[in-house]
Amino acid sequence: MAKTIIEKIWEQHIVYEEKGKPDLLYIDLHLLHEVTSPQAFEGLRLANRKVRRPDLCFATMDHNVPTKNLPIIKDPIAKKQITTLEKNCQEFGIELADMEHPDQGIVHIIGPELGLTQPGKTIVCGDSHTSTHGAFGAIAFGIGTSEVEHVLSTQTLWQAKPKTMEIRINGKLGFGVTAKDVILAIIAKFGIDMGTGHIIEYTGEAIRNLTMEERMTICNMSIEAGAKAGLISPDETTINYLKGRRYVPQGEAFEQAAQNWLALATDEGATYDTVLEIDADEIEPFVTWGTNPSMGSGINAHVPFAADFKEESDREALKKALAYMGLEEGQPLTSIDIQHVFIGSCTNARLSDLQAAAEVVKGKKVHPSVTAIVVPGSRTVKKQAEEEGLDAIFLEAGFEWRESGCSMCLAMNDDVVPAGERCASTSNRNFEGRQGAGSRTHLMSPAMAAASAISGHFVDVREMVAAKA
Amino acid sequence: MKPINEVVSVITPLDRKNVDTDQIISKEFLKRIERTGFGKYLFYHWRFDENGQEKKDFILNDERYKESEILVAHENFGCGSSREHAPWSIMDYGFRVVIAPSFADIFHNNCFKNGILPIKLSVAEVEELLANGQQEPFKVEVNLEEQTVTAQDGKVYSFEIDPYQKQMLLNGWDEISLTFQYEEHIAAFEEKQRV
Ligand code: SF4
Repeated sequence: MAKTIIEKIWEQHIVYEEKGKPDLLYIDLHLLHEVTSPQAFEGLRLANRKVRRPDLCFATMDHNVPTKNLPIIKDPIAKKQITTLEKNCQEFGIELADMEHPDQGIVHIIGPELGLTQPGKTIVCGDSHTSTHGAFGAIAFGIGTSEVEHVLSTQTLWQAKPKTMEIRINGKLGFGVTAKDVILAIIAKFGIDMGTGHIIEYTGEAIRNLTMEERMTICNMSIEAGAKAGLISPDETTINYLKGRRYVPQGEAFEQAAQNWLALATDEGATYDTVLEIDADEIEPFVTWGTNPSMGSGINAHVPFAADFKEESDREALKKALAYMGLEEGQPLTSIDIQHVFIGSCTNARLSDLQAAAEVVKGKKVHPSVTAIVVPGSRTVKKQAEEEGLDAIFLEAGFEWRESGCSMCLAMNDDVVPAGERCASTSNRNFEGRQGAGSRTHLMSPAMAAASAISGHFVDVREMVAAKA
Repeated sequence: MKPINEVVSVITPLDRKNVDTDQIISKEFLKRIERTGFGKYLFYHWRFDENGQEKKDFILNDERYKESEILVAHENFGCGSSREHAPWSIMDYGFRVVIAPSFADIFHNNCFKNGILPIKLSVAEVEELLANGQQEPFKVEVNLEEQTVTAQDGKVYSFEIDPYQKQMLLNGWDEISLTFQYEEHIAAFEEKQRV
């Protein structure tokens, strides 16, 4: 029978199944960071338990780490979290890329970079954006700390089989439209809980044409659509990306692995529980104006009117969101001024994201009323960008060039947007207070954020790039 | 984990949809390395102003709801970040039950690991409860064994729950010890993977 990749990977990982119970699923890769793991390790110690497979774990520090003046952490509680992870990894024998390690970076950026992320794996992390790794054709999902503890001690999880959903993106993306615009448009169209209880497979011509880095941006935000996970069937693009990476099989073993990986792709004629479609040519460069990721529109639109919504609860939600965001109904998006730009996060801080932003800012200056920072997703990305001279382009334009980490995506370190100020951000969440109490976040692609940095307000990056050409 | 079956309390009506875990527990409180002590930070920026004073118009600050053990909200409760600090703060504050038409997956899962009962009722039923609860304190009785919510006006709402998760909550089981009983299956799986 024809099967989806989701069913194939699931079935390959069932350790035990029984009617009336969830499946006991084996976990191939467990990624860890400092914020969601300490209580799990503490739990192990209290119960006198071991880590079953330290060789399948990999840890890094990303959420709390400072992005300047390394390695000094001023906040004593944050520091304790960092040293606790060090101690835990040492005690339980887990490989750690610590703050000053050359492999350090945002957990979802370094997994793929190192080749830890591979097709066909089940991958978990105490972090909802674990869905990023699905870009390789893996089932990758975020878990809570109790589940982190469960995986550490048993290398398994009890999981009810999720439903499957296909989101097909037909046709080709237009000039200046990026992966970030695609996923924001999908969430705006179908809603932030459309994926609840599902694993999404993204398919269609537009997806096939994307690079691995772009595919990661799409899968990353599956959680913003409420899905358990999002993935893309592996193809030659996947194989080419992985070849030669540190943790993948090498030489002949790689060829064998590649064949197995390609065979995981969804079979012709396989069916899904739900199918949604969107046309690539209806997608424009996107900007969010509200307080959840579905509250967004194409750049040439305006903030909606309450009267545009049928349901009272949606009208209420709009009013609350606009009050928080300091915006008016009907305001054109291009009229909104900003004070901050953040280019970073596990959604958009890979090399190609920085290249796209640099292309826009090259030879220009950041608007005088804007503070703009670039935070590379990993130390490797930072190094590669510097080799290409991207740091010079950003610095020349008036951006700050920082060390890698989560930074202003969630503002757990010193990188905070002050209350009432507005930030064009390449991250994934625009919830109230996400970038600091009272901060106002607008999500968009790196090119759009870069264009806003120059203009001081939102602008259609296509005009800027076209003008240049 | 503390077992749970019957909870009798007034409901706390939280008239919001898509309540995300960033609102439930804000990131500045995620730096603790313990599981406890998060209750005072629950809904922090909705509860307190910049000076740390209680905001009068927020429901949790209404004296009449201070002893409530049951939180009621609109769709998609607990969306966003996977932080288990969210259920920890809900539990530590004193809630044992959350009622909503739908929950985000990770949050829903996290509740079961912490002895919190998430109950799904229909949109209409939740709206009815919210409307009742907003007028004046409104008491309900939750019974997990029976899978019912009985309101003070006599109305009975039934809910569905996964039988496995129901048992976990009723018995307060530690899932890890349970899984250890499947150790041979895990070992056999690993053996098979090696070849
Ligand atoms: S970059 Fe942001 S979303 Fe990604 S893991 Fe870090 S905090 Fe989470």
